[in-house]
Amino acid sequence: MDKNQDIPWSLVVTPKSNWLNLNLREIWRYKDLVFLFLKRDIVTVYKQTILGPLWFIIQPVLTTLVFTVIFGNIANISTDGLPHVLFYLSGIVVWNYFADCIKNTADAFKANENIFGKVYFPRVIVPLSTVLSNLVKFGIQFLLFIGVLIFYTFKIDLPAIGLDIIILPFLIVLVALLSLGCGMIISSLTTKYRDLSFLISFGIQLLMYATPVIYPLSEAPEEYRPFILANPMSSLIESFRNIFLGTGEISFSHLLYSLIFTVVIFLAGLIVFNKTEKTFMDTV
Amino acid sequence: MSYISIKVEDLSKQYRLGVVGTGTLSHDLNRWWYKMRGKQDPYLKLTEVNAHSTKASGNYVWALKDINFEVEQGEVLGIIGSNGAGKSTLLKILSQVTAPTTGVFKARGRIASLLEVGTGFHHELTGKENIFLNGAILGMTKSEIRSKLDEIISFSGVERYIDTPVKRYSSGMKVRLAFAVAAHLEPEILIVDEVLAVGDAAFQKRAIGKMQEVSHNSGRTVLFVSHNMGAVSRLCSRGLVLKEGSHFFDGTADEAVQAYGQVNISSTEPDISQRKDRQGMGDFRFTSVRIENEAHQPVEEIRTGSRFFVHAKIKAESISPKKVYAAVCFRDALDNRLFTLSSSLFGKRVSLEGETILTFEVPRMPLSEGLYLCDLYIAEGRGDTLVQDYVRSAFKIKVYGNDYFNSGDPQPVGLDRFYVDFGLVKNHDKEIIGTKTKA
Repeated sequence: MDKNQDIPWSLVVTPKSNWLNLNLREIWRYKDLVFLFLKRDIVTVYKQTILGPLWFIIQPVLTTLVFTVIFGNIANISTDGLPHVLFYLSGIVVWNYFADCIKNTADAFKANENIFGKVYFPRVIVPLSTVLSNLVKFGIQFLLFIGVLIFYTFKIDLPAIGLDIIILPFLIVLVALLSLGCGMIISSLTTKYRDLSFLISFGIQLLMYATPVIYPLSEAPEEYRPFILANPMSSLIESFRNIFLGTGEISFSHLLYSLIFTVVIFLAGLIVFNKTEKTFMDTV
Repeated sequence: MSYISIKVEDLSKQYRLGVVGTGTLSHDLNRWWYKMRGKQDPYLKLTEVNAHSTKASGNYVWALKDINFEVEQGEVLGIIGSNGAGKSTLLKILSQVTAPTTGVFKARGRIASLLEVGTGFHHELTGKENIFLNGAILGMTKSEIRSKLDEIISFSGVERYIDTPVKRYSSGMKVRLAFAVAAHLEPEILIVDEVLAVGDAAFQKRAIGKMQEVSHNSGRTVLFVSHNMGAVSRLCSRGLVLKEGSHFFDGTADEAVQAYGQVNISSTEPDISQRKDRQGMGDFRFTSVRIENEAHQPVEEIRTGSRFFVHAKIKAESISPKKVYAAVCFRDALDNRLFTLSSSLFGKRVSLEGETILTFEVPRMPLSEGLYLCDLYIAEGRGDTLVQDYVRSAFKIKVYGNDYFNSGDPQPVGLDRFYVDFGLVKNHDKEIIGTKTKA
């Protein structure tokens, strides 16, 4: 029947998909698309605004000020003896990266419905570029944090930054993978069950209170600590603070827990996402 | 040497009717439970054929059912069918936007699709930035796009606006830019859905030229979905007709266009007996009308230059026979009268008694591609006196092809309205270039 069996099929589409069908070669072929999406996400957000990219900085600054007034001055929650601004900013910068990644990837299918409905490209590109464009945003906010940190070193004594800093990239990669995994799971499920998109916006806000963003882990009552530590973000934020501010703790076992948690979530996310991407156009 | 570039085996696609909402979760759980026990999906059995107009009793339909075909490399396959026949679903599967429910599809080479151009344009980005973004979405790499950038920009004809955000573009400019990007893709297999419906006549001509160039010169496979029968018979080497989700006909493009005419057989004989918007005394009334092609098959579409018939059925409301002038008047969509087939032109009247069928025969359809409206008219006197029945827009007739002399070299769309028989000879019969005498 088939005259030319010597030429292999370059594409075979069947109803069933493999569990872990992450076609890395294909993603590599579309690498330019990742960067174009990344550019689109960053360039277009603040087009036709007066302050432009300054908004990347204004947002954490205002949040820090509000937290300083409400949680620091009115509620008087301890900040481990650190200046309020520095303490809150360090938490907010990391937490924002996590929260924004989840919020944006959770939208992946719905927001790109019109593109996904017309053309094929590996769908993973979209959450991937979202995480990367948020990484750029995180980079800018991180520089802001470093600026504030330098400002404070002239005013008060802060412990010198030690060798611990080598784990910083590891922390950031963990945050990225964790949010990517969560985002992929949520985005896959929201294509069918819209309920989740309502849950997610305030769910993330609530989750922040279960993470040591506005309070140090050391101040949490003993009986609550296991719950707080069950949140993989907790040890990541604590470690981040420890590197730069010297408070909080870097616990190997807690980090290992976060690592395992992240890997599991990430793999689960990939599986669910892979299963959904083939048929989501029919349900979205 | 050509090879099979696309092979489709038993491809089917099932859709769920109604709202996805309550019951979704329970169906999913049920489905999962069957799967865990190694049984077939229980909902696959409940599915019906995709007939839109009849009310379905089940919750699931087959948008496509057991489609099989092969496309050779370099072939231009036209896919036609009425609305809802499954064309778009098929293209969606072939372009991997959605997965089939059952069946396999295999391809050799890169597939790119132009399902509605301009996908992924971001209105805040400039034209140039959008070329890159759109190109990358369609599967080009940055360096590929860069090497073709000048070509794309000049093809689109929006050079002046290329550094302006796309939101300031007119819709025509957007489409032209998008098509320019898509036209410069170089996939082995190109899927095109109705892109020719956009843009002005000059741009359409360029777009069609580009498509022909793609298929003929570079040996790429093209799948082309369109409602434009003229474009299909002109561009495609083969045609596939779908009907209610299944395979109806497969053959040459012209045969397929003919076969497609048969698909809509029920609607080719519109019932006009119930029309209220008619004038005249009403002793005799038109009840239905039918168009037939040269092979006497009822159709909706007539190819330019071909023979066709109009059969009008007339019913008597009174007993006394009458002699009337009968006419069919052709108008274009803008209500310009084009020509009339009238018995008054022969100076003769037709006698009507009981039920009568009048057949008008036109040896060669003179009109160019387009949709035309026809009025039916019977009157006892000349000059609109003693009108018996007058039904405006009694039926529509679609004309395609634009190849009046069947020369194989059709006219571009939208230039001439009419074609006439004429002869062209050189040096008094030394060399006959075109038909000398009327057939």
